[in-house]
Amino acid sequence: MADMTHSTTPQASETTTTARPEGNPVARFFRATEIDTRMLGMIGALLIIWIGFHILTGGLFLTARNLWNLSVQTASVAVMATGMVLVIVTRNIDLSVGSILGFTGMIMGVLQAQYLPQLLGFDHPAIWAVALIGGIIVGGLIGTLHGVIIAFLSVPSFIVTLGGLLVWRGATWFVTSGQTVAPMNPSFRLMGGGAEGSIGETWSWVVGLIACLAIVAAIINARHQRKRFHFPRRPLWAEFVLAGLGFVTVIGAVMVANAYFWPINIARRYAEANGIAWPEGGLQIPHGIAIPVLMAIAVGIVMTFIATRLRFGRYVFAIGGNPEAAELAGIKTRWVTVKIFALMGVLCAIAAAISTARLNAATNAQGELDELYTIAAAVIGGTSLSGGMGTIAGAMLGALVMQSLQSGMVLLGIDTPFQRIVVGIVLVTAVWLDTVYRARAK
Amino acid sequence: MTDQNIPLVEMKDISISFGGIHAVEKATIDLFPGEVVAVLGHNGAGKSTLIKILSGAYRRDGGDILINGEAAEIKNPRDAKKYGIETIYQTLAVADNVDAAANLYLGRELRTKWGTLDDVAMEANTREVMGRLNPNFRRFKEPVKALSGGQRQSVAIARAILFDARILIMDEPTAALGPQETAQVGDLIKQLKREGIGIFLISHDIHDVFDLADRVFVMKNGKVVGHARTQDVTKDEVLGMIILGKVPPGAVPGPGAMKVA
Repeated sequence: MADMTHSTTPQASETTTTARPEGNPVARFFRATEIDTRMLGMIGALLIIWIGFHILTGGLFLTARNLWNLSVQTASVAVMATGMVLVIVTRNIDLSVGSILGFTGMIMGVLQAQYLPQLLGFDHPAIWAVALIGGIIVGGLIGTLHGVIIAFLSVPSFIVTLGGLLVWRGATWFVTSGQTVAPMNPSFRLMGGGAEGSIGETWSWVVGLIACLAIVAAIINARHQRKRFHFPRRPLWAEFVLAGLGFVTVIGAVMVANAYFWPINIARRYAEANGIAWPEGGLQIPHGIAIPVLMAIAVGIVMTFIATRLRFGRYVFAIGGNPEAAELAGIKTRWVTVKIFALMGVLCAIAAAISTARLNAATNAQGELDELYTIAAAVIGGTSLSGGMGTIAGAMLGALVMQSLQSGMVLLGIDTPFQRIVVGIVLVTAVWLDTVYRARAK
Repeated sequence: MTDQNIPLVEMKDISISFGGIHAVEKATIDLFPGEVVAVLGHNGAGKSTLIKILSGAYRRDGGDILINGEAAEIKNPRDAKKYGIETIYQTLAVADNVDAAANLYLGRELRTKWGTLDDVAMEANTREVMGRLNPNFRRFKEPVKALSGGQRQSVAIARAILFDARILIMDEPTAALGPQETAQVGDLIKQLKREGIGIFLISHDIHDVFDLADRVFVMKNGKVVGHARTQDVTKDEVLGMIILGKVPPGAVPGPGAMKVA
């Protein structure tokens, strides 16, 4: 996640660069590095949650196994939260994401379990891809439909997606008359993580290395750009601190992923299948980074790019800030709205692929209540419901916070009803704290 | 400067109604290059509505718009910008949550060869334009909402002149400003006028605009009461036009003029 935290730094308030020498050392440090203190607060909250649960569970939380599972469990909601940011930034809401996830998951399940094997032959290597693309197209079409109704028929998004929540949940049932579809195609299943669905030790290091190089490239590029137009630059030491923080996070994440080994019976089966002698003390095969986590990170990077580097993203934020001004500036605000919801539908389908692959089944209840977790993740991540504010990385971090709370409570053996109470209270508290922070920031 | 006989803008017999109410009825106004024309009237007289038709925010029900003597199709704000018509709205239509550069280029962003936003170039140009307009402006990286009314106004004006506007529409340009900032805007209007830009000033307060304008058009109840060169009429006479619809001898009466019994 390190590269994502980094990619939001350009968005952070950079007024501070006009280096005013006053202020205490801490303030000076943040000014020089241009680290978003809000984001830092979230990371701090996350660490408190992690360490708190670690102590409460007697050392069960901060283990490679739990953190690895946490990352996989977060992936699906994190993917959807990136889209929810754009939806909420434009003062809309999407209550239908859980149902779209259910419906597209069911479509992908039926495609790979029933139709495609007949069409392409059983175990055809393209089945997973065709099923995934099929689901993404369906998701995109559903989102487009919602967007068109919201933008061109002027029905409030709350109502349209509330209707969508019911319609697509009902439609999910009709695809198979309520039957669960299982099992999934073996290649498709890789998107759900697990021993097979992880990239292993070597490739994890390769990914880590690429991430580190990307951090260096981004810092050098930003410096170069500022130089070109004679803007104030960060002091050199601050660049090194930022790069160092990025490296530590990336390498730490890779080490954690590599410290979680395959379960013993899977390792044994693997050893038998490949004719490896079972060594004394067992075979230690590291998982490495899970494929769904890589997917979520890739989605996060692409969405950050869309939100901050493309005209579309600029329009999204401008519309959120002042819809009338955006319209008068000649932005086709309605089309932007349609595109946002279409994108949301696509992301729901990607999340559906992760979640059906992980469950190894497509069910009627898939994604129920996910709309609320997705909205909560975006809001905890700093997306303002009054529009115009929010970051992709923040929302993904918000998803991680939500999931950390949940799995921590599961580890503690807290009952589901009480879990919900806690999550609800945390949501309200987080938004209240954010309101206080913003009032002060003014 | 182009031919002085052909108006830069001519709006002929423009009408628009909202739900049966004639907001503007058969209004005709024109504007020449390098000229400042004030459109005056009470709140609700139809002046803002009339001008929003020119800027593409509303679509007219009837009438013609001629730009340089040729019929122009203006259906939305993008069309208007194609004709070099830039508008500064009364409400200072800026997106509060993004910075000055993003606002200046809103809808017309500069892009790099890869199609991504060229923020650095946009900021560099913004710094240059703002430096000309308002040398005290320093807060380039902050969201516009952090700026004062005058600074926001400079952002709105900079946006209009950045793209070589030929026709500038200013709707209550000084309503949100203090005296010093108002004077600044006045200087700016004179400067733009020298560059041959035609300017419409929309105001309900005659004192704001009388000294800046070359001609005034007065509207009342959606109709043009009349128009006059500012040198031919007094402020009091124009006030009479605004309040009573009474056309003085120095002015040309329009369809909304008070009927003399």
